[in-house]
Amino acid sequence: MSSPQSPPTDAPAPAQPPTVPPTRRARRSLGRRDGAHATNFSRGYLLKLVLLAVVDALGGYVVLAAWAQGSFGILWSMVALLVAANYVYFSRRALPLKYILPGLAFLLVYQIFVVLFTGFVAFTNYGDGHNSTKSDAIEALLIQNERRVEGSDAYPLTVLADGDELAFAIVTSDGDVRVGRAQSPLETVDDAVATDDVVTAVPGYEILDRQAILQRQEDVTTLRVPVSSDPSDGSIRTQDARSGYVFISTLDYDADADTMTDATTGTVYRPNDDGQFESADGDQLAVGWRVVVGFDNFVKAFADPRYASPFLKIFAWTIAFAALSVVSTFLLGLFLAMVFNDERVRFRRIYRTLMILPYAIPGFLAALLWSGLLNRRFGFINQVLLGGAEIGWLTDPWLAKLAVLGVNLWLGFPYMFLICTGALQSIPGDVMEAAKLDGAGPIRTWRSVIMPLLLVSTAPLLISSFAFNFNNFTLIYMLTGGGPRFADASVPLGHTDILISMVYSISGVDGNAAKDYGLASALSIVIFVIVGTISALAFRQTRKLEEIN
Amino acid sequence: MRRSITFAAVLGTSLALAACSGSTSGSDDASDGAATEAADGGTLTIWVDETRKPAVEAAAASFEEETGATVELVLKNFDDIRADFLAQVPTGEGPDITVGAHDWLGEMTSNGVVAPIELGDKASEFEPVSIEAFTQDGQVYGLPYAVENIALIRNTALAATAPATWADAVAAGQATGSKYPILLQVSEKGDPYTMYPLQTSFGAPVFTQNEDGSYAADLALGGEAGTSFASFLAAQSAAKVLDTAITYDIAVAAFAAGESPYIIGGPWMLESFPGLDLAIDPIPSAGGQPAQPFVGVAGFYVNAQSDNVILANDFLVNSMSTEDAQLALYEAGDRPPALTAAADTASADPITAGFRAVGADAVPMPSIPEMGSVWSYWGVTEAGIISGASPDPAAAWDKMVADIQGELDAS
Repeated sequence: MSSPQSPPTDAPAPAQPPTVPPTRRARRSLGRRDGAHATNFSRGYLLKLVLLAVVDALGGYVVLAAWAQGSFGILWSMVALLVAANYVYFSRRALPLKYILPGLAFLLVYQIFVVLFTGFVAFTNYGDGHNSTKSDAIEALLIQNERRVEGSDAYPLTVLADGDELAFAIVTSDGDVRVGRAQSPLETVDDAVATDDVVTAVPGYEILDRQAILQRQEDVTTLRVPVSSDPSDGSIRTQDARSGYVFISTLDYDADADTMTDATTGTVYRPNDDGQFESADGDQLAVGWRVVVGFDNFVKAFADPRYASPFLKIFAWTIAFAALSVVSTFLLGLFLAMVFNDERVRFRRIYRTLMILPYAIPGFLAALLWSGLLNRRFGFINQVLLGGAEIGWLTDPWLAKLAVLGVNLWLGFPYMFLICTGALQSIPGDVMEAAKLDGAGPIRTWRSVIMPLLLVSTAPLLISSFAFNFNNFTLIYMLTGGGPRFADASVPLGHTDILISMVYSISGVDGNAAKDYGLASALSIVIFVIVGTISALAFRQTRKLEEIN
Repeated sequence: MRRSITFAAVLGTSLALAACSGSTSGSDDASDGAATEAADGGTLTIWVDETRKPAVEAAAASFEEETGATVELVLKNFDDIRADFLAQVPTGEGPDITVGAHDWLGEMTSNGVVAPIELGDKASEFEPVSIEAFTQDGQVYGLPYAVENIALIRNTALAATAPATWADAVAAGQATGSKYPILLQVSEKGDPYTMYPLQTSFGAPVFTQNEDGSYAADLALGGEAGTSFASFLAAQSAAKVLDTAITYDIAVAAFAAGESPYIIGGPWMLESFPGLDLAIDPIPSAGGQPAQPFVGVAGFYVNAQSDNVILANDFLVNSMSTEDAQLALYEAGDRPPALTAAADTASADPITAGFRAVGADAVPMPSIPEMGSVWSYWGVTEAGIISGASPDPAAAWDKMVADIQGELDAS
């Protein structure tokens, strides 16, 4: 008997597997299954369609809003993003892009745009006195320099309309009704009717009701009705469409010549390069506008002699602070991680949880808390732990630096503890065993095996921790506020100020000087260059470390 | 999952772009939208903070009834209003009206974001100091509603009468055997605001004042008067009356615990002192001249770019300047109202009457932009003298004046 596996010899030959390419029809149905969505409404596809429709609707809303605001930069970037999104999610060719498009969009909006905008602001004089556009500044100057004529009466006022043109009717103290328009001064109208100082009828005019006035608010508030044919008598204007006052402009703008003229003194102010109107003798009008000033901000940051000596001290302290913070937190974190990684320690989990606690408190709150604990007279440290010793932890230059480092150690070691624990646990056991077999003691193992392996995985985190501490504004601001102040400097900077808190202080963003966003942006670019350079150098060193490994 | 991330991403993107969209806007097109909305009586947007919201809401309700307008209140954190208003008005996103403090005025006008308000004859119905505070260059830029200043708060159980001078107050305080003869918050960074009445009693105001109550940008805190105030601070520190370790919290807690008969502070402290029988007195003079604290006036500003100028002015001049509205704001904020009639009614409360009486002789806090450059030098110098870090008070004071002058010249 032949084995059951062998085919019976008399059986017909099995059907050959088709070696010919699939027919055209088969190919079409295959393609339909894989990609041609138009004929395949799977659930996932419908979901995609709905989500993209929502996204498109939102995008369309943004486009319309940008259109209404006249912001064409926003409009076109939104259109581009929408086109890209639709293309990526509906086309088969851009398949891989669909994984990175969301991230890319976020990168563009939240990183690239912000960086470019900061870069742009660094080259302008955006700040106090240069807050807006030139047309806004002109408008503000004009309304600020329109004065009520001293001793003039307040008149009950009614807004009239003759077709499209508006007119004012006022009631004088004698009970006369006077009517005027922009081009024709006030004239007494005898056959007008006024009851209780309210004009109820003027021949030839329609009296506007409240709603009609509100629809034409801008026309009403910008209407100036001359009191007489002599412009120096001023004109009637109103702010609430109920009472009119005689105003006189002390500043006139000539749109053709682009100059401001002071009506009382005749001084002519011309726009200067700094975005202000300036007279021939150098007098400037208060409200200016934003202009591009080139490298002025960068020059200003370094040219002011009052900042030269504090800057060097602050720069040195910033580097020392960032480096010492990283080293101290890393060493403590590593030490604790190794201790609690030893299996002989009981209740390791409880200890580990306790270690993480400082990490769970928000940094700014912890810093604020510590500034209270370190109060010279009433703080817990001095009062309870040191038995009433009045040690100026935050007021002595060196102690304040020590306090900042100490608090940062308290705040920062749990993070290092976490990453070191993780890195230690990922070191393979056979490597350690091999070291033991080779006769290495604990110290030798630590120096030659654990540390190099540990550093490979933690070095990038140390560098980012350095960059973070370099700009650790919250800690400094909440703990010492940069104080104690330099006794020998003439600027409001102190011994624990780091570069970023110095920027905050001298750019006026804290409200203690005139705000200068241009200067702040320029300085933050300088800081970015410094941090970037240091990080790049450090990363190069890390690569060498990996090569050793 | 992936799709929801995508969705969130594009949603975030569109929102972010929408938020940025203001920065390059031309405000012309925006008015079209406002005009169509205005058909039903107009919409007024007002920024308020939490304490004033109910009061403004009440005034807004009657205004809505009267005019058919819609008033939209936007709740803002008071500390954010100043910067947000400055940033958003140029983009056309600002409100029509915002609450604010009078000392923002210099910054507001130099950036051209507020419009003058013509109060007409109503101006005389307000406390003079409140109008003075909102006046710049002859124009009124805000509708005042509350006046706020510090005074001497006295615990009547420990001190039966008001002290005439600073020395009397210290002596009386020491005679009670309390832990602190008089409480004045200094803190490590100094508190020039709270110490200002002592400084003015030596005749050293921060800036010279013009005849109409406004300030010129000329420093007046130096000279002999200034240095004698500095020596006074050093002497008070040596006598352990003033101490930089006393912060606001510590001072308030100590007074609430009955550890001192006097504290120098404002109405904002009162809610920390339940159960104490209090009297409000003028701040005792230390240098012989009247001790004048700063007055802060709270009010409403009108956006210079507002499309609803008429509605905004109508609301402020005809609705918020009534006695009812001002009293409602008084109930909400517990500060003496700026409208004289409302202040008279509110003065039935002796505490309010006490603060109002001190405020009547006080000076408005300078609102010129130069004031911003003064604070940080001023406070730290005072703290340095009191803590003993600056052993020569006169020299420290002179250096401070020179540094502030340098800052003013540089900006």
